[in-house]
Amino acid sequence: MSGLKVINPGMLSLIQDAGRYGFHRAGITTGGAFDKYSFNWANKLCENIDTAACLEILVGGLVLESNITTQVAITGANVPIKINETTVDGWRTHNLVPGDRINIGYATGGCRAYLAVAGGIQCPLIFGSASTVVREGLGGLDKKGQPLKAEDILPCEPTASIAIHRVPEQYKPTFDNEVTEIRMLLGYQQHEFQTAQLDQFFNAEYTISQLSDRMGYRLEGPTITCSNKPMLSEGICLGAIQIPADGQPIILLCDRQTIGGYPKIGSVFSPDIVKLAQLMPGRKIRFKAMGIEQAQNLLLQSKQ
Amino acid sequence: MNKGFPRVNLASENSVIVYFSERPCAKTSRLIANTSEQLKNKLSHKLIDLVPSYHSLLVVYNPLEINYLTIKNEIYSIAAEIPNKALSVGKSIELPVYYSQESGPDLQRLADHANLTIDQVIALHQQTEYTVYAIGFAPGFAYLGEIDSRIAMPRLSTPRTNVPKGAVAIADRQTAVYPSQSPGGWNLIGRCPSPMFDPSQHPSTLFNVGDKVSFKGIDRNEFLQRGGLVESISSIEQ
Repeated sequence: MSGLKVINPGMLSLIQDAGRYGFHRAGITTGGAFDKYSFNWANKLCENIDTAACLEILVGGLVLESNITTQVAITGANVPIKINETTVDGWRTHNLVPGDRINIGYATGGCRAYLAVAGGIQCPLIFGSASTVVREGLGGLDKKGQPLKAEDILPCEPTASIAIHRVPEQYKPTFDNEVTEIRMLLGYQQHEFQTAQLDQFFNAEYTISQLSDRMGYRLEGPTITCSNKPMLSEGICLGAIQIPADGQPIILLCDRQTIGGYPKIGSVFSPDIVKLAQLMPGRKIRFKAMGIEQAQNLLLQSKQ
Repeated sequence: MNKGFPRVNLASENSVIVYFSERPCAKTSRLIANTSEQLKNKLSHKLIDLVPSYHSLLVVYNPLEINYLTIKNEIYSIAAEIPNKALSVGKSIELPVYYSQESGPDLQRLADHANLTIDQVIALHQQTEYTVYAIGFAPGFAYLGEIDSRIAMPRLSTPRTNVPKGAVAIADRQTAVYPSQSPGGWNLIGRCPSPMFDPSQHPSTLFNVGDKVSFKGIDRNEFLQRGGLVESISSIEQ
């Protein structure tokens, strides 16, 4: 089969695309690239459609060998990249010929790198998406939610050479904030929290716990209490910040369960979910409230 | 329509949640199912996803196509129209269940808890037509309610690490069939040989929120004939 052969899968490398939509009613989550910004740039650099399947590489350690002539681009976390023995830059297109090896080292800033290949990884779709959701056993090469393993072949079509593209410096993210500010919208259940609790929430610094993954980020910091009246399970949106009984917030992310019964203080603004995707356990965040009008205006502007 | 309902509230930059009543009930579930259909028809590409649940519907939309205030108004006007239309009734599905101590390791405990015989527990479980209140937890996992209060029982204090596919279970006033092998804390009373979730089929789930489900007892032979697996029965953690 033509494509990229996995020599070493690294810590955790998953096939992801824009996500799985329209199946929440069957209990199926969205999955999809966690850092959509880097994912979109990787596809753009390869002249792909914006839903093409890429690799999401957690921390690094991935080695691939190409058996075709193609192009790749690596974005996201700051990772050392080698093609054969040559060190090369991220955030640009690279040509590959059969036999070329790409070696992605461990991240020195951020924690998720994205690798796009020209034409996209030709992965079978399940429920309209190639995205790997390990917990649900859906997506990926075998459609059963398996992460990459050694000897896998990522099917790709050989492509005619395209122009080399580079992402301008000002569009590349930086990962050096000591405390990352995360914008959020206060939701309808904010009234379950007293003003003093809300003040505490916005004044606090929270640390991302070790128990954090694509399903959700658990935070450690000041305890937030709420009215604690029993709630019926209801739909959970991307970025919902729920407060369970122990008072330590959990941000629900791409692989979240579709319904749940904890009160929610609000939800993270999606451009800042991108920032969360690049924060390792142990990093600190602070929340800042924003209004819906401002949020939707910013989204419209960023698409223009 | 209940006073003060439906109520549309902000959930995130691209979603709102609609509440239909204070408490869940079969009528609310039908309203949610009907509203979902109307929203799909009227909003089409502006809509990204819908999450129906007990008394609510999360509506995820494309904020580049429609803004918060406009969708809120659209939902109110769509919901206001619905009581004037005949509510579609949804499907009714009967599921076969092999009730036994071998396939339902918590039957005896549940009978003791309820002060009933095992046969009485099995009879009470079959006597109600349930409403699908929500689907979640795992693909195809349907929360069915409400069971007769006499056979209600809290979840296990320590969940099993492995509940087999097809396990029929009770937690509080709800019952469910596990669509795939997973960890779980519900009380197991039997096994259903019918698949609840099949990604290769369209639709992949047997039912939607608002549909009706009833259970019918079958014996061990019929369970096996319908594709039930006996080896997975003996492997259930007690």
